[in-house]
Amino acid sequence: MVLQPSPRVEGGRDVAIEPVIEARNLTKRYGARVAVDDLSFEVRPGEVFGLLGPNGAGKTTTVLMLLGLTEPTSGEARVVGVDPMRDPLEVKRHVGYMPDTVGFYDGLSARENLAYTARLNRVPRSIATARITDLLTQVGLVDVAEQKVDTFSRGMRQRLGVADALLKDPSVLILDEPTASLDPEGVVDLLALIERIAQERRIAVLLSSHLLDQVQAICHRVGIFYKGRLIAEGSVRDLATEASRTEDVVEVGAQAHDGRPAGVEVITATLRGAPGVASVAPDPDAPDRVLVAGAPGIAGELSSALAAAGLRPIHLRTREERLDAIYPRLVHAAAEAPVQPPRPKRSTARSGPGARGTTPGRPGPRRARPGRAGRPRPDNHDDDPGDTAAGEPG
Amino acid sequence: MNASTPGPAGAARARPRPENRPPSGGWRIVAAKELADHLGSIRFVVLFVVLGLAGASAVYSVSQQITSVAAGVSTGQSLFPLLFTLSASDIAAATQQTANTPLPSFVTLISLLAPLLGIAFGFDAVNRERADRTLPRLLAQPIYRDDVINGKFAAGLAAIGIALGAVLVVIAAWGVIQLGVVPTAEDVARLVVWYVVAIVYIGFWLALATLCSVVMRRAASSALVAISAWLVFSLFGSLLISTVVGLLAPLSASPTNSEVIANGHLQDALTRISPDGIFQIATQAILDPHVTAGILTIDQRVAVVQQGAPGSILSLDQSLLVVGPQVLAIVALTVVCFALAYIAFMRQEVRA
Repeated sequence: MVLQPSPRVEGGRDVAIEPVIEARNLTKRYGARVAVDDLSFEVRPGEVFGLLGPNGAGKTTTVLMLLGLTEPTSGEARVVGVDPMRDPLEVKRHVGYMPDTVGFYDGLSARENLAYTARLNRVPRSIATARITDLLTQVGLVDVAEQKVDTFSRGMRQRLGVADALLKDPSVLILDEPTASLDPEGVVDLLALIERIAQERRIAVLLSSHLLDQVQAICHRVGIFYKGRLIAEGSVRDLATEASRTEDVVEVGAQAHDGRPAGVEVITATLRGAPGVASVAPDPDAPDRVLVAGAPGIAGELSSALAAAGLRPIHLRTREERLDAIYPRLVHAAAEAPVQPPRPKRSTARSGPGARGTTPGRPGPRRARPGRAGRPRPDNHDDDPGDTAAGEPG
Repeated sequence: MNASTPGPAGAARARPRPENRPPSGGWRIVAAKELADHLGSIRFVVLFVVLGLAGASAVYSVSQQITSVAAGVSTGQSLFPLLFTLSASDIAAATQQTANTPLPSFVTLISLLAPLLGIAFGFDAVNRERADRTLPRLLAQPIYRDDVINGKFAAGLAAIGIALGAVLVVIAAWGVIQLGVVPTAEDVARLVVWYVVAIVYIGFWLALATLCSVVMRRAASSALVAISAWLVFSLFGSLLISTVVGLLAPLSASPTNSEVIANGHLQDALTRISPDGIFQIATQAILDPHVTAGILTIDQRVAVVQQGAPGSILSLDQSLLVVGPQVLAIVALTVVCFALAYIAFMRQEVRA
């Protein structure tokens, strides 16, 4: 199980079977407060793993433990086959890290900042200059390379942070809240950049975020993190499928017969009493719509309920494979049953894109070592939110 | 024929990947960056100007009346150290004039400015990295954690050393060219020894300020605390010492020998606690071979008596012997202070 000290992903050589990040029963206590509680997960080369959870869930603490910057109270971690507590330098040599709210030396230019990182990583100057230019081109900052960083916007800083993390040619990339406090366009740009890098370089990416819907699109697998515990783990699709077995969330928008949009209040009043409806709430993303939670397949019922009330449905979409739809439920379930967190089961009938061998039927917090039946096939990952799971047996 | 051509290429290929070299000397990389920052910073310019003014005032004092002072100096003593130790009042005393410019000597100015120099280069060493949020990124690079604080301390010392060294050299050069005061080898040695001791003493304040920057989250509070420490030691220190001595070992109207000795011993002991006092004693003894009783402690006076007649001129090694305890105390203070900063930094959580 012990890996070579530096299993780098090079030239397509197959070193991809072993996980490059392994956390086993990691626990961190600050006094009486438990920041991370018995956390176990692993990430393999070429895989984008999202560690998702609200602020204060222990994501940053986990990342710091993986980097050897904070000592775990118990449990252990292996990054590129090395224990970060025993040999932090070896880990740091192979792990590119972008902290949340990454900072740079404001008095130095982008290039000078990266040059300092290159020196700290002992990248020879001859290689460093070309590599910095290359990375700045990749992140779209080559035109402002000589500008001082204090003129940079947040989005530019985050992109510079990605370049900084890649400078050491890492085999693992750890990004802590990469999209926090970016504008929507910046988020899209940055996520596209991360996804492209993960694909091109075939490196393992661990990213943490509290913005579930933003990052789920690029994550092959996610772990839902709540109050220091991993309450669910698996692909976004798996988690959503499991959740949709018990409940659907439907986005509803409607028009009155005169063509004007019906108000949220009208729709809410109409649907509240409809059969199978559990709750109705305004959609925070769209002003004229509501979110209806209810029994699976409720969309048809809603349609007829609207028609009966003289309203014409103009938008009726069952939300699936969106983490923000299932996340509150997972958290709720975890709070209810802290010992037995829900375990979204994989549909055995499914084959094809979703059926990866990394977590055979056992997403969720695992005490035992997971099986190693197969290697991940991140190329085939399929997290397209538009692809509904309606055909799944359930 | 072309035996030379594959040579370099083969060597280049055989070289191990530079990124896999053992990661020694990370502190040098940090220090180089920090020193570059210091040398380009406004604070360095300001402090350089302040040091330059101190040098200029010394030069002015000396140039006024070095000839009349020189006449009063005993034969065999070099004039060169006077460039640094002569104050306007000394000159006035030597020439029986009243000093119209109460300028202190260069070394007195330096012992006044030393805390300022140390604090200026250390008060935001670590907490600025926190405020700029560069610390986690820096610590995620393959360097040891102590490389950061070691490198920053070394860079601060280097910046101070450059500024102080430059001013010393300019004063010495001016003395040689304009006044014709040529240093002997021993003069140069004394000056170098004093320079090293002064750097170590400034290092104490640098370490204290670095400690503040580790403990305090905000640069402003760190600077305030460090400056308060400076005021306590330099302004209230001597006041406190004389008060305590007067209370514990008072001198009667006609003091007996035992009273004088008890008083003197207590004064010595308390002065040794004050870094300011230690440095002044060390300075005088190192730079002034013409030992005058006033600057020496009881113990040192005894030592001088054992070495030879009081008032005689000591060689450098004898001077060093005399101030050995003071020099050691300065080194110890600096080491202890830096050790505290080091330990505090190593034990701190990365996250603020």
